[in-house]
Amino acid sequence: MSTPTLAATAPGSGPAGGPGAPQRGRRRPRGVEALTPAAGLGLGVAMLWFSLLVLLPLTAVVVTALEGGWGTFVDVVAEPDTRAALLLTITEALGVAVVNVVVGTVIAWVLVRDDFPGKRVLEVVIDVPFALPTIVAGLVLLSLYGPRSPIGVNVVGTREGIFLALLFVTLPFVVRTVQPVLIELDADVEEAAASLGASPATILRRIVLPSLAPAITAGASLAFARAISEFGSLVLIAGNVPGETEVASLRILKFIEGDRYASAAAVAFILLLVSALVIATLDVVSRRVARRG
Amino acid sequence: MAESTLTRRGRRGPLTYVLRVLVLVYLLLLVAWPVSLIAQRALLPVDDPGGLGPFLERLTEPSTVYAFNLTLTVAFWAVLANTVFGVSISLLLVRYRFWGRRALSVLVDLPLSVSPVVVGLALVLAYSSTRGWFGDALGSVGVQVVFSTPGLVLATAFVSLPLVVREVVPVLEEIGTDAEQAARSLGANGRQTFWRITLPSIKWAVLYGVVLTAARSLGEFGAVKIVSQGAEFNGETATLLVQNEYGAFNEPAAYAVALVLVLISIIALVVVTYLRPKEDRA
Amino acid sequence: MSPHRTPRRTLLVGTLATSLAVTLASCASASGGGEGDDRPLYVVGFAVPEAANEAIEAKFVETPEGEGVTFSGSYGASGDQSRKVVDGADADYVHFSLEGDVTRLVEAGIVAEDWNQNETQGIVSDSVVVLVVPEGNPDDIQGWDDLTRDDVDIITPDPDSSGSARWNILGAYGHAIAAGGSEEEAAAYLTDVFANVAQWAGSGREATEAFDQGIGNVLISYENEAILARQEGKPYDYVVPDTTLLIENPGAVTVDAHPAAQDWLDFVLSEEGQTEFVRKGFRPVIDGVEGIEVEGANDPSDPFPTPENLLTIADDFGGWSAVNEKFFADGALVQQLREAASQR
Repeated sequence: MSTPTLAATAPGSGPAGGPGAPQRGRRRPRGVEALTPAAGLGLGVAMLWFSLLVLLPLTAVVVTALEGGWGTFVDVVAEPDTRAALLLTITEALGVAVVNVVVGTVIAWVLVRDDFPGKRVLEVVIDVPFALPTIVAGLVLLSLYGPRSPIGVNVVGTREGIFLALLFVTLPFVVRTVQPVLIELDADVEEAAASLGASPATILRRIVLPSLAPAITAGASLAFARAISEFGSLVLIAGNVPGETEVASLRILKFIEGDRYASAAAVAFILLLVSALVIATLDVVSRRVARRG
Repeated sequence: MAESTLTRRGRRGPLTYVLRVLVLVYLLLLVAWPVSLIAQRALLPVDDPGGLGPFLERLTEPSTVYAFNLTLTVAFWAVLANTVFGVSISLLLVRYRFWGRRALSVLVDLPLSVSPVVVGLALVLAYSSTRGWFGDALGSVGVQVVFSTPGLVLATAFVSLPLVVREVVPVLEEIGTDAEQAARSLGANGRQTFWRITLPSIKWAVLYGVVLTAARSLGEFGAVKIVSQGAEFNGETATLLVQNEYGAFNEPAAYAVALVLVLISIIALVVVTYLRPKEDRA
Repeated sequence: MSPHRTPRRTLLVGTLATSLAVTLASCASASGGGEGDDRPLYVVGFAVPEAANEAIEAKFVETPEGEGVTFSGSYGASGDQSRKVVDGADADYVHFSLEGDVTRLVEAGIVAEDWNQNETQGIVSDSVVVLVVPEGNPDDIQGWDDLTRDDVDIITPDPDSSGSARWNILGAYGHAIAAGGSEEEAAAYLTDVFANVAQWAGSGREATEAFDQGIGNVLISYENEAILARQEGKPYDYVVPDTTLLIENPGAVTVDAHPAAQDWLDFVLSEEGQTEFVRKGFRPVIDGVEGIEVEGANDPSDPFPTPENLLTIADDFGGWSAVNEKFFADGALVQQLREAASQR
């Protein structure tokens, strides 16, 4: 059985270190040592590059957002259209995370416990949304759910369209975090419970779901983080009507195009805060799981 | 050994079949059908000549060739930077103890959760020649970052930064340090240990990280859109070309380029999915 | 597991990775040498004139001045394009929707102050504001007054970034004034129109894309965009309202431009250049470009009917600085009315 965790793309879900995954890799490896001079130099260079590439530019966003003072920042964010965009983004992302919790877990279950011809193809299909360039993802959905849809469905410019695009790009996250845990979960325990007279519902509630919960949480957080930051796939699909179908990332683009960098940075700052929150939560969850395991 | 503990029993109730059908329908509607329509739109456009000939013609337009060239150049440098950085930072995170190690390991994941538009905005605010923090300094040494290739490389490296690290760290944790310590005790120096012992044992992880990084780099759109001029022969990458051609009443060309990008991603996926050695993982 | 498979797999992945690396590296070096002395002439334009400019380019390279010149075109929302040039994007020749977008470059020292001191006052192409509807005009849209109907959903670009948007809004407002309304009545009319807007697109072209995707039943746009879309086979009709606004798009050469840039601008303003504009649906800015069949126009042999009442920015609105201050500045009329409309 191959477990192609492309969700290695997902923080905390690397092959051995995944939340809830078998904790082989989590035991502190022997031989962890203090920095040698050479390693210190390496760390310095790596940190310099990381700072120039990631930390400094992101700091520039935060500083620009707050440059005009807290009041200006609040004004931008409280602008009706901006507030609506942030609200829409977060609601849609939450909805997408919830759908993924259910559908993603079911898909993972089918991949692990069921067997049928062509199952390996599904493994690739599930990762396609991750590997596809986002603008192409938009074009892809447009070809089936756009104006010249062969099935007569047109979701362009609607909130349902945004939801669909977000479902597409977040498909792999829950599947790929739950799958490895499910593989390790011994079906013998379930069978033993069944032979002792437990109903399938009880087995699901008492045995399966508790073991999967951390992985599901992790996958859902990742899907949520991805959904609030999504841009490319929405360019061709979201209607961008301020207050109705304009998401935060496209709002930022509009601010940039209108030469309003401070406003763009303010919205970007909010998104960064939410992402940081999600990452921190995820880190805590995976560490708690690691300790329990 | 792993295979026997997987325990996929043949016990199948009706629920199994219901779920199987549900999953298949969901994936068909959400992914498989729309993606396959791309091929149809690319090869048999509605109002334009279809077939392989016109398709290839659209791909060999000079501006399209330039776009792919630029995309590959940018991806090459981004992959190179992220591989070197990824392997070094993974070794540091796993093998050494230093102040801020845990914070760093969380921060390294950050780029995956930052919106591409925010990445572009951040790079502009830091490095743009007119409004960036370091714009003047860079300008005085004659370097333009935003609106030129270095900016594209930075944007692409930013968004794909954690992919190599994510692959390598777990493997490094897994293999432990016994072999390395043995090599050291037999008199190998640090460099020999790295090239002879460490690297061979993480080579798969590095390779998969590279493939993932390459796939991500070739397809980056949002961040690149902000830091690129986006003009033909001047900063227009393959993904930007897709958007521009779509807007220029030239859907067949947009779909043709999109199909190539789809094929590249699927090939990358097949490489990762089917050729990943199980030994590293079990 | 199947360790015996490893060698084959090793080989395959190794081969794939190597070939990928080699391809990337060879491409990297190939395009690295691409930056020669004969760089292209960078044309930076607003969203819709790409087809026209490319047609003119094709003619220009056949002239002695244009021999050997290559072009690189960039097209997008006028305001956004202007911002990018200020931020350092390459530009030899700019073709914007609005005068103000060139003025911004003058202030940044990128375009000379006397850029509009020529026979056409810096204008290189003309058009008028029209209403685009689906073929056959199923909703019977005849003019500006129909835009406030309940069954109408309008597509127009966003005035923050797009030039087209500003022409459209001024056209609507000008109509209300010309019909005898007071400023308050015109503002109220504009609010009604805004309340019917289904999408504020990023640019004039993105508005057309949205309309093409089936959003809305009226697209307010440039006459040339309507004609071009019809040339491209889009199933649209368009209505030239009785009262509408003359659109004047400026073009200018930058200070450190490509040596051929001035020749290019001269060619654009020549009869030959203007003829290509006309073929793509623009109205000419010089006299004597007549008798050209314009495919896609309502009447190809008389493509540009003169509206009963053709408003201009200079005569009816007191020039661009007055317009921008009154309508488009931060907190000015348009922003107020949009907020009022979104409260409904």
